Amino acid sequence: MTVVEFRDGWELVVGLEVHVELATNTKMWCGCSTVFGGDPNTNVCPVCTGQPGALPVVNDQAVRDAALLGMALNGEVEEHCWFHRKNYFYPDMAKNYQISQYDVPLIHDGYLDVEVELEDGTLDTRRVGIERLHMEEDTGKSLHVGDTGRLHGADRSLIDYNRCGIPLLEVVSHPDIRDAETAQGYLRELQAIVRATGVSDARMDQGSIRCDANVSVRRIGDDLGTRTEIKNLNSVRSLGRAIVYEADRQIAVLEDGGTIRMETRHWDESKGVTETLRVKESVTDYRYFPDPDLVGVVSPPEWVEEIRALMPELPAAIRARLSEAGVPMAQAITLVSGELMPWFDEAVAAGADAQAVANWLTGDVAGQLSTEGLTLEDSGLTGTHLAELIALVDDGTLSTKLAKEVLAGVIEERGAKGPAAVAEDRGLQQVSDEGELRAIVEQVVATNAATVEDIRAGNNKAIGALVGQVMKATKGQADPRKTNELLREVIG
Amino acid sequence: MAADLVTRSATQLAAALAAGEVSAREVVDAHLDRIATTDGVVADGDVWAAKDAGALGPDEVHAFLQVTATAARGHADDIDRRRAAGEVLGPLAGVPLALKDVLTMRGAPTTCGSKMLEGWIPPYDATVTELLRAADVVVLGKTNMDEFAMGSSTENSAYGDTRNPWDLDRVPGGSSGGSASAVAALQAPLSIGTDTGGSIRQPAALTGLVGVKPTYGTVSRYGLVAFASSLDQAGPFARSVEDAAQLQSIIQHHDPRDSTSVPQAAPDVLAGLKDGLEGLRIGVISELRGEGYEPGVARVYQEALERFERLGAEIVEVSLPHAAYGLPAYYLIAPSECSSNLARFDGVRYGLRVDAPTAEEMNAATRAQGFGPEVKRRIMIGTHALSSGYFDAYYLQASKVRTLIARDFQAAFESADVLVSPTSPSVAFGLGTKTADPIAMYLNDVATVPASLAGIPALSLPAGLAEAPDQPGTALPVGLQMMAPLLRDDVMYRAAWAFEQDLSFDPTPAGPRALAAGSWRPTTADNGEVAR
Repeated sequence: MTVVEFRDGWELVVGLEVHVELATNTKMWCGCSTVFGGDPNTNVCPVCTGQPGALPVVNDQAVRDAALLGMALNGEVEEHCWFHRKNYFYPDMAKNYQISQYDVPLIHDGYLDVEVELEDGTLDTRRVGIERLHMEEDTGKSLHVGDTGRLHGADRSLIDYNRCGIPLLEVVSHPDIRDAETAQGYLRELQAIVRATGVSDARMDQGSIRCDANVSVRRIGDDLGTRTEIKNLNSVRSLGRAIVYEADRQIAVLEDGGTIRMETRHWDESKGVTETLRVKESVTDYRYFPDPDLVGVVSPPEWVEEIRALMPELPAAIRARLSEAGVPMAQAITLVSGELMPWFDEAVAAGADAQAVANWLTGDVAGQLSTEGLTLEDSGLTGTHLAELIALVDDGTLSTKLAKEVLAGVIEERGAKGPAAVAEDRGLQQVSDEGELRAIVEQVVATNAATVEDIRAGNNKAIGALVGQVMKATKGQADPRKTNELLREVIG
Repeated sequence: MAADLVTRSATQLAAALAAGEVSAREVVDAHLDRIATTDGVVADGDVWAAKDAGALGPDEVHAFLQVTATAARGHADDIDRRRAAGEVLGPLAGVPLALKDVLTMRGAPTTCGSKMLEGWIPPYDATVTELLRAADVVVLGKTNMDEFAMGSSTENSAYGDTRNPWDLDRVPGGSSGGSASAVAALQAPLSIGTDTGGSIRQPAALTGLVGVKPTYGTVSRYGLVAFASSLDQAGPFARSVEDAAQLQSIIQHHDPRDSTSVPQAAPDVLAGLKDGLEGLRIGVISELRGEGYEPGVARVYQEALERFERLGAEIVEVSLPHAAYGLPAYYLIAPSECSSNLARFDGVRYGLRVDAPTAEEMNAATRAQGFGPEVKRRIMIGTHALSSGYFDAYYLQASKVRTLIARDFQAAFESADVLVSPTSPSVAFGLGTKTADPIAMYLNDVATVPASLAGIPALSLPAGLAEAPDQPGTALPVGLQMMAPLLRDDVMYRAAWAFEQDLSFDPTPAGPRALAAGSWRPTTADNGEVAR
């Protein structure tokens, strides 16, 4: 691994732990719904509230999803794995142990290639090793009632167990990350892969993907320094800011002759600082042991292949394909991360030029949707509509300007009418009917004798004025190129 | 009539019910009356029968913690209506049963014999409870037990002792002592217990009953409040082998809600029940031949072996070289699992809560007050055994021993069809005699834990009577343990039935301090003379 200097002879070392909430219909161990945002304690049952005597049963879909994501991250699927109990007391954990995986996770030894843009604009690929992906369950949520809104100083606490038992997949990277950009790229790319595989909507704002960062610094060439764990990173941007802040803080402490405490720190987004959450004086003894309520998970090779066959095209492959089709990398990244590929692929399949489709999707389509506050899905616009629109421009029926109006019209109709229909309804076609246009041109030539003389005298620029006249007469719907041709023909 | 009804076996009652000779309501009422006279509770409505230790009347058994009389009568009436309407009912429809208070039943408290769960009404039925209801077996109530099934005498219940109907000054064994005493005291012809290291077999032995721990995984644990998940198994108590087999047939069922439930069909324990002993090889375990057993127990065991031989079985000697490590391995594995299983009792969601300023303090105060000393001891042992630095030496080592014991059994079953041993080293011991010495109490389980660790089916059935060493002239039941290979419960039942037929053991308690309740002994009988 190449050494990346953070600053002043210091190197930054980061490892990320990402929790992905799987988008299964039901929870990890019971049949309760996983829908986000229900009234407190409505999606609960004896199993997920830890009633005495209730027993867990593994959600097969969660195992399939975990295997799929594991393979998408280039990991190996363990043929025999099992669940352990991680024992600790916490009020929002119904059983006071979390069912997790310990010595043998479902997936081990994966990696993720992250592309980082260097200062000179070129792309550098950084490989981040993934130690493991293990299956576990989410906890409930505590609500502390009192002035502070936090546990400390609360009058009482309320617990919502709706989230308790939702399947989680923890993706643990090796401490291979040396700068904030790579950490952000890793999280972004992981998010894109999670979405591509469909195992989660990976929304950081709803907590369906959560990231903790283990950060340490060392003098280049030294052994690993003491790390701190940073929590409450709610966006890719927070991750980058928090890592830089924390590295600076640690360097300042060390340069001052101090030492770094092993601790968990809380990222305060508004203040832009990390603060001590709890000090890990000793390693917590979770008393892991194999969960006797569950049997092992067996993943025979044929099952693994069956899952692998479900693998969709992954973001890196899509970007490579786009690049080959002539789409610039910046647009390719937008198309993939913005989940615009289904529209892109449909439009290209309908015969449109890839570059034109990319331009429209990342340009005017994105712009208009953003103005309207719509998602592409809600807009009703389809890839076929786009292809039709591009074809109308190509054959001269629409000018680019008119095409934008037509696009707005299609969106306004929520896709109920396609571009051609919208153009016709609203009379937005260019006047390219030769007979009609010729008549107008002839009239313009006849009523602008002075200008015509000017042109005949060799002042080619003066033709612009006549084009303007034609446009005025056609309310802007004349094809400028055709108008030009006809004017020259008529003037002779 | 009523007195006659309570002495009948479940099979006999079922036949009379099917023939219309008696109604389910009459059968249930007879047993509720019996509970009223022998348990000291008035079975009118649902009675919380919890009593403080020492508050028992001189002739009270105190098998029940809760008598669900209203529900039982309603169910019986419903069965009678449906039978009258010509509906085809299950083989035990209308037969009453007592349920150990460790299995959940909607609408009735489940306490597990602990103050921790006082007042908790479970929001769901255990699978066993569901299966019983589907079979129209009428649940009379919930029975007393050692707290969270930890104990061998039922003296660890937070709601007072249960007494042995054979001698009211003695324990019924445990942890399913309430379920055992209920059947021995004719309060019910059948009951359900749970067995983790012997909690069905040992009380069956001490109260003169048939008690069965089916193959692990054949009876669902869903709704069985866990003590040690890898060992817990529900099973029947009855006064005859056939009754036990009938009950096991009802409760053994694959359950998708229990991941450890075996997917394959459980063996049919009724089909070959009466095929006899001919051709069966009975394995005598060298390591469990009687060392440390009471002389009376050793003698009855010897007679049992002779009986097998006389009945045409082949007696072979087998060895379980690691059996001696069974007890220490069990007392590491079971507490380890218990320390985690019982973590959920924290005052947050159900049961007892002792208020305190912070969540941690509330947890600690609740657990300090809610759990009894034996439960605390096992939680501490288990917490220690799982701690980093000790895990390998304790939990892991015990798990290895467990594997070795399972292999020992596998090897032994190559030369024998059924293995036998005494169930318990002693006959029923006096109330309070072992409570001060946990190790002496744990030694009760020496013969029963190996089968638990291996998951194999095992039962105890009466083999005769013996004198208690501390009280000459007594005649107390001695149990014989039988064990069979995994999922071969049928072979074990077959051998037990043949043995029982030849022995003709009278399951009616008799003796100077036996339950005195004139009406329930239809014929005067002697004290069940002790062979010398």
